Amino acid sequence: MSKKFIINCDEATTICNKSQYKEASFWEIIKLRYHIFSCKLCRTYSKQNATVTKICSKHLHKTNKKYKLCKEEKELLQTEVIKKIKDKH
Amino acid sequence: MSTETKYSLEPNNWVKNYADFLFNYTVTRVNNHEQAKDLVQETFFSALKAAENYRGQASERTWLISILKRKIIDHYRKINSKKGKAELKVNFYEEGDKKGSWLEERVPQLWDNKVENDIENTELKDVLNKCIDNLPDKYRTVFILKNVEHFQTEEICNEMGITSSNLWVIIHRARHQLRKCLEDNWFAK
Repeated sequence: MSKKFIINCDEATTICNKSQYKEASFWEIIKLRYHIFSCKLCRTYSKQNATVTKICSKHLHKTNKKYKLCKEEKELLQTEVIKKIKDKH
Repeated sequence: MSTETKYSLEPNNWVKNYADFLFNYTVTRVNNHEQAKDLVQETFFSALKAAENYRGQASERTWLISILKRKIIDHYRKINSKKGKAELKVNFYEEGDKKGSWLEERVPQLWDNKVENDIENTELKDVLNKCIDNLPDKYRTVFILKNVEHFQTEEICNEMGITSSNLWVIIHRARHQLRKCLEDNWFAK
């Protein structure tokens, strides 16, 4: 990220997105705060972005569900693999 | 070759022993049953081809997963060059005096003040899932790995074969699209 202090809305929202994962640097946060101070649109974005994060952490969870192939799919796969093994020899 | 070789390959049992494990690993990353199945099959085929080079230093399973990981990276390179790029809408002026400023039609609209009360709503959950499903494959995968699986940035970069600045561009665009989608389908109603 460049060293310049004044950033545009694209850069500001990029930092805002990074900050949702606590991965924005101190200097980036300073630049973001300064930008938001004078930009109403990014202020709105920033607030809504925090809401998006809240919604995601509320509703998106790691599932322990294990995805499997069905019996037929596995049989077919086995046939293909065996065919390849035989081709090799 | 070392005499300490511990592991060996049993291709006849690969499907029985690893198909489900590899499939589950793949489907959380490509989010498509058929594509995941194809990638698992390609992994077995490539592994057979490379079997002579297997030195037995890593377990059979570790070795197969390392092949699969490269397949997944290739898969993303392929779909990225084909499409995927143009699917997300641009939010800011890309050139001229206004470069980096909001495009008028993409400006965030005000949400009403009841937003906080809505967060718990299970219908909102359905809208959220639909919005996530609408993201291009690569964006959705990165977003899920970051937000649901809580992977470290570096881990995702390694798995997807991208740089950290690529990753933040992806997150940036995905979140813009998600915010807009939630706005259009929920908060602006």
